[in-house]
Amino acid sequence: MSDQILGQPELAGVHIDTDSEDISRSEVILKGALAAGTVYGALSVGPFVGRALAMAESGDVGILNFALTLEYLEAAFYKEAKTRAKASGDLESLIESIGRDEEEHVGALTETIKKLGGKPVAEPKFDFPYSGTSGFLRLAQTFEDTGVSAYNGAAPQIKAAEVLEAAGSIVQVEARHAAAIRLRNKEEPAPEAFDPALTEAKVLKAVEPFTA
Amino acid sequence: MAVASKPSALERVTSDPVSRRKLLAVTGGSTALAAFLAACGSDSSSTTTTSATGKTGTEQFGKGDVGILNYALTLEYLETAFYADVVKSGLFKGSDLETIRKFGSEEAEHVSALTGFVKQMGGTPASKPKTEFPLKSAKSVLELAATVENLGAAAYLGQATNIKGASVLTAALSIHSVEGRHAAALNTLLGESITPDGAFAKPAGAEEVLKSVEPFIVG
Repeated sequence: MSDQILGQPELAGVHIDTDSEDISRSEVILKGALAAGTVYGALSVGPFVGRALAMAESGDVGILNFALTLEYLEAAFYKEAKTRAKASGDLESLIESIGRDEEEHVGALTETIKKLGGKPVAEPKFDFPYSGTSGFLRLAQTFEDTGVSAYNGAAPQIKAAEVLEAAGSIVQVEARHAAAIRLRNKEEPAPEAFDPALTEAKVLKAVEPFTA
Repeated sequence: MAVASKPSALERVTSDPVSRRKLLAVTGGSTALAAFLAACGSDSSSTTTTSATGKTGTEQFGKGDVGILNYALTLEYLETAFYADVVKSGLFKGSDLETIRKFGSEEAEHVSALTGFVKQMGGTPASKPKTEFPLKSAKSVLELAATVENLGAAAYLGQATNIKGASVLTAALSIHSVEGRHAAALNTLLGESITPDGAFAKPAGAEEVLKSVEPFIVG
């Protein structure tokens, strides 16, 4: 399976490739989430993710595997950025630190899925389209903002209290990453008082082209 | 809130290394609150976090989700008042002042949203507390702001699993991540780690949070 996300220039070339059969659900949701972000802004992702996950049958494990896919994407992105983003000084340290957080999220989510008796999804291959420091920062902002909205959208579907607590503790860290990256881009660290939500009809329309 | 006859929470926190360490862990190890606690350590007239009816935690603000929302509302009132005082203090200008104004207006939006939510659920919104903040220098104010925001984010996280209603949880989550953004931005301005708890943010319980903000509530 190989898909391309169209729309925003920096998302146009993000590939999420996998040969494995058992990970399709998370990939579809993640691709839909990025697509919704492309059309209506990253903060519109929450309602879509919530709805998509509500339709999934795998409950908390399904949500955790979706989160794991997102964290794989972020971890791979920052790992690669160490050499590709041409960063130095404070930004180099920030990339190092955020990358470490994402890797810890991958590890924790993997463990939690196993504890719940589920099977962690395999790591897909990613291809990130950007060049230079500014290209990296723009894509980083999209991923982090999308991550926040994805967790916030998924969290109300979570059944187990411990899983909800873990998701909450991760989403706050994603929000912190988003704010720090936004400051680097000279943008408001917290652009809105709340994550804006779209009506379900708008979300469905936004993701329709990507969920065939 | 009733006046305490026992040692104030402030004194307990400053004299008990365990709870003080816990407090600092919650507030991201910022030195601002520690310095403030040390400066105010002799104050013995502060109020307790227990209401006259003996209820503790969010229960003193109401039952269930209404109590949690009113607890959050109280914290948002406090943050709103803090930023308003900071703007008036004249300690900041330029882009720092703009950031403070922006954060303050977002806290005010949280106040009105939470007030509306409580009413919608048939509850009575918590009243606005009288507050007072030490505003000595730009640096100490930024440190206090970071402390308050990190605590606020931890406070929302601490309630996530107590919330019953899905719409309340959705609202709380959408505010929680904004508080996390504020905290990280302030930590960045101070040159401190954006993630003082590491890869996993730590929650704080209502008792602990209320004790921490007690010094700023004067009535």
